[in-house]
Amino acid sequence: MSIATIFEIVLAAVVLGLGIWTIVVRETYSATVGYVAYGLLVALIWVRLDAIDVALTEAAIGGGLGGVLLLGAAARLRDSEPTVADAPGKAVRVCAAILSALTAAALAGAVLVLPDPAPTLAPAAASNAWATSLANPVTNVLMAFRAMDTMLEKVVLLLAIIGVWSLTPDSAWGGRPGPRHQADPHSVLVFLARLLPPIGIVVGIYIFWTGANHPGGAFQGGAILAAMWLLAIMAGLADTPPVRSRWLRLVLIAGPGLFLVVGLAGLLFGAAFLSYPPAQAKPLILGIEVAMILTIAATLGLLLAGAPERSARQ
Amino acid sequence: MSGVTVFGLCAAAAVGLGLYGLITNPQPLRKIIAFNLLGSGVFLLFGIVGRRGAAAGVGNDPVPQALVITGVVVAFSATALAIALLLRLFQATGSTTLSNGAPPGAGSTPSGG
Repeated sequence: MSIATIFEIVLAAVVLGLGIWTIVVRETYSATVGYVAYGLLVALIWVRLDAIDVALTEAAIGGGLGGVLLLGAAARLRDSEPTVADAPGKAVRVCAAILSALTAAALAGAVLVLPDPAPTLAPAAASNAWATSLANPVTNVLMAFRAMDTMLEKVVLLLAIIGVWSLTPDSAWGGRPGPRHQADPHSVLVFLARLLPPIGIVVGIYIFWTGANHPGGAFQGGAILAAMWLLAIMAGLADTPPVRSRWLRLVLIAGPGLFLVVGLAGLLFGAAFLSYPPAQAKPLILGIEVAMILTIAATLGLLLAGAPERSARQ
Repeated sequence: MSGVTVFGLCAAAAVGLGLYGLITNPQPLRKIIAFNLLGSGVFLLFGIVGRRGAAAGVGNDPVPQALVITGVVVAFSATALAIALLLRLFQATGSTTLSNGAPPGAGSTPSGG
């Protein structure tokens, strides 16, 4: 372990400063902007921790899509700043501060006394990489060694979208999410929405494809594809699809569905649920990932679009 | 002190800050942001532990990395669901207060919510 460089100390200090700003600033909109900046700088910390896969995910989903989601909500709720009476009293604040400080101190203490040498599963992941013929250990863990987590996470995405859609008012049931965006056809937004998606789609697919052997993967690529879709929607070049449409629902269940089918096939013909025969492991994993990237892009985009607000004909 | 430890202390502070904001901030949207801050601190702690477990030519233990990637996506979907609930509450009652009393500003107060 080396001594911390000035860059690392400054980065940690700026991240911490943004975290404090996010909590204490008065306006909700400023807090949201602070959180977006925080998310992007945390991605830099992940790079310093040599976890490029996580850094890409954090930048694309934590900072990027999460930021759009929070900024959109802050803009729509701008007129609902609460009355001062809602704020908790001084006693509650002091108790909360003491509790939070104790929690942070306990965690900091745990960080300082972590065991040395640290326990690790990296050698086990590296020595079993032959079984999938993928060189990226993170993709191996996500898609093979702990594939159950990833499959259930797809189900969580599905449950979240069902939850969001179930908040639809009766008049818009099965309709289109969000308002119909209109933009000046000569504006910069529309220009970028025409220029960027072809590039973004190639980058998204590349990040997915290279994830087999290098940092990247279906989550990061899917988030980029979702961003391109949302850009076209926000510029008014495309409309959100009505949520009752059958092809949309097929795309949403494609990822977890194919994952489940392959898992059950492993139970029937192989050793266990979600076991892949080593000879076919790579094509099977890539096949699941192709279905997954479509599901992830569609689900992330629709989660951002929110509950339907218009009937399908508008 | 190594760089990993510095980031670890930063992560611990982020958890504390998020917890404080979650308790003391009356606005639901601010609570959601604070909860995300707390979660991001927890993810970073995973990253610290993984970085210390670097071995076999891998710079960061891939198992915690995979857990964090899954966690980031799940946190995003939970945030999206929470915000959808919040926007629906605002649509239905005209306010976003979480207190039990009648929401201010709403002429007719729908029960429940």
